[in-house]
Amino acid sequence: MAKKMHDTPNLDQLESGPWPSFVTGLKELAKEKDYVVDLLGQLEESYKTRKGYWKGGTVGVFGYGGGVIPRFTELKNADGTPKFKDAAEFHTLRVMPPPGMHYDTDTLRQFCDIWEKHGSGLIAFHGQSGDIMFQGATTDNVQKAFDEFNEMGFDLGGAGPAVRTSMSCVGAARCEQSCYDEAKAHRAVLNTFLDDIHRPSLPYKVKFKFSGCPNDCMNSIQRSDIAVIGTWRDNIRTDEALAKKWFVKHGMDELVNDVVSRCPTKTFQVKEIGKIKKGEHISSVAVSATHAVEINNQDCVRCMHCVNVMTGALAPGKDKGATVLVGGKSHLKIGGLMGTVVIPFMKLDSEEDVEKLVDFSQRHIDFFAENALEHERSGEMIERIGLSNYLDAMEVDVDPAMVNSPRMNPYVRTDGWEDEVAKINAKKQAA
Amino acid sequence: MNQAVQAAAPVAKRKPKETGVPDNKKYLHPTLAKNYGNWKYHDRPRPGVLHHVSHSGDEVWSVRAGTARQMDVYTIRKLCDIADKFAESRVRFTIRSNIEFIVSDEKKVAPLIAELEKNGFPVGGTGNSVTMIAHTQGWLHCDIPGTDASGVVKSLMDELYDEFRREEMPNRVHLSTSCCEINCGGQADLAIIVQHTKPPVINHDLVANVCERPTVVARCPVAAIRPAMVNGKPSLEIDEAKCMCCGACYPPCPPMQINDPENSKLAIWVGGKNSNARGKPTFMKMVASGLPNNAPRWPEVAEVVKNILHVYKEDARPWERMADWIDRIGWPRFFEKTGLPFTKYLIDDWRGSRANLNASTHIRF
Repeated sequence: MAKKMHDTPNLDQLESGPWPSFVTGLKELAKEKDYVVDLLGQLEESYKTRKGYWKGGTVGVFGYGGGVIPRFTELKNADGTPKFKDAAEFHTLRVMPPPGMHYDTDTLRQFCDIWEKHGSGLIAFHGQSGDIMFQGATTDNVQKAFDEFNEMGFDLGGAGPAVRTSMSCVGAARCEQSCYDEAKAHRAVLNTFLDDIHRPSLPYKVKFKFSGCPNDCMNSIQRSDIAVIGTWRDNIRTDEALAKKWFVKHGMDELVNDVVSRCPTKTFQVKEIGKIKKGEHISSVAVSATHAVEINNQDCVRCMHCVNVMTGALAPGKDKGATVLVGGKSHLKIGGLMGTVVIPFMKLDSEEDVEKLVDFSQRHIDFFAENALEHERSGEMIERIGLSNYLDAMEVDVDPAMVNSPRMNPYVRTDGWEDEVAKINAKKQAA
Repeated sequence: MNQAVQAAAPVAKRKPKETGVPDNKKYLHPTLAKNYGNWKYHDRPRPGVLHHVSHSGDEVWSVRAGTARQMDVYTIRKLCDIADKFAESRVRFTIRSNIEFIVSDEKKVAPLIAELEKNGFPVGGTGNSVTMIAHTQGWLHCDIPGTDASGVVKSLMDELYDEFRREEMPNRVHLSTSCCEINCGGQADLAIIVQHTKPPVINHDLVANVCERPTVVARCPVAAIRPAMVNGKPSLEIDEAKCMCCGACYPPCPPMQINDPENSKLAIWVGGKNSNARGKPTFMKMVASGLPNNAPRWPEVAEVVKNILHVYKEDARPWERMADWIDRIGWPRFFEKTGLPFTKYLIDDWRGSRANLNASTHIRF
């Protein structure tokens, strides 16, 4: 039995209503733990004053420089003692999840037992970077908890100017749109940079995210420095049985209004069967006895819309791989940036293919470590030096797929033009 | 600021095993493991349930339920009990902290749903629903929060509970909340983000001891911070006319307090989309601000959120995400239909902002 609860009139109001309540969960823990009684006390104070009361500090585990988020209370009595002494230290361990965030219950129960013993008993599945966040341990208990998690085969994630924990979608494990083995690429890349994850020494954070298709369920394009997004090069595959089944259920109005008219490049057409074109780049499938759809795949940007609407009837092609986009980030400091295309397409089927992604990632991080300013993200660095200089460093050839349009101003020195043309022609001839 | 390599540690300490990202194969539901990379299509028999069919003919039903994200061990064990009983002792979590139970027998779906709902876990969050809000740490754990996160989410999801359990929106609706302008919650169809309205209040007694001053100067996006001697102590001063109150100086220099119970407001942003489906991915746009940070239930925020979602639900066509819908109807109509005031503060003046101005005569009357 824990000590008596503090009055929490504000938090109590978050126990009503149908959605699961974290306050009810905290109160359950508080029945056994003075630690959580005082956590609720401090949180109630924040609700009352509308101020936060945690400050950072230096807490870690032996051998690592990161992965623990230290929190010390700033809510003090006049004599400098903590107002809620049992929750004066409330550190979080960031632990990297398996790709796709799959678990068995034995593992989850072990997490619970360890965290009940050494921590607050509060676990977040998952933080915004993708970590399992074991929230709330004293400085003394951080090492004990980590040792037990680590013996289970789990490892700390990134914090500070480090390679950060990554996320990958459910992907090949359960999704028909998956264009590469997300989990394999995720582990191959991340596990190459364990030193950069555990010992923060980069100019700023570097995030990788892995999405199996352009639906980008991991939001990789806007929140990772290196977004690996699945795509394909060949024609969209079709299945006539499923196409007809779809059409029976949805009809011509939905086919026209929800699919044809929403195709961003207008390459998706519905036609009478006799008027369907044949050709190397055409996908077509009958939806009824009279009508079929026709896609000229050369004009398709692999946006996923028709494949999403008519899943199974249409599917990504077989020549699958990924597009790699670099430089996504949120506002600070220069404003939000989307990642931009650096590798339009790479295969990720074989070990050698995946090794090429690892190699690219390594070269990016080496260049970033050398060239980024302190607290500058990859996207900001590329904005500062220009994409061409970055591509030179990465030894990646320029490609018109990297731009929305060529430049719209003449403010560039072009005295190397002939040399560049010669290089491009030489490469074309060698190919 | 929060980590340092521990030097001179006693030899007896346990060395970490740098095992990195664990393999997920042993955690996969057996039918997922068997059909890895071989799925054919899926459909949704009802809200909260995904039905996937493999090229092998195998089928799985995934039942998705909402959680509080921050869970106590008792709740997690309860979820484990349910997984042991129905789902071959496997679960997975989505990016929005929903939990999924996977069953290979359709007969288990209805009893599993009943068991989840009996235990207070709403089943939904699939397809055209309003799914769980991606969120941050807030007052519970963050060192720089302008507001709470879990509480805002609990309050809003109580209000959006029915929309989570139905699939009645034009397309999926992703929400996020962020307790400061750094926006850890990320891009979403609709996002709630703290918006400070006053420059930081500086405790000049502490700056010299706590802050690395050149670092703080360098962090300011508008170069409004400069070193100064105040009361005989080295400190920093702010050009308050330049300051746009982003709070970027606060993390590296906590004596520059940006959070203010009255003047830290909440803003609403709409139209973020990460997917490449139809149009290219989009950043969200600010459409409302000045909402009070009114814990514990933030009713003013909930009202604006529900209003925007209601108008979107009524007006958007099938498959239009928030951004697609606004693309079709245009911003003037968006403000007209939602009744939100379009103030001068919503005209972008940050770098690259001319691209956000209407350089055409395309105007809907």
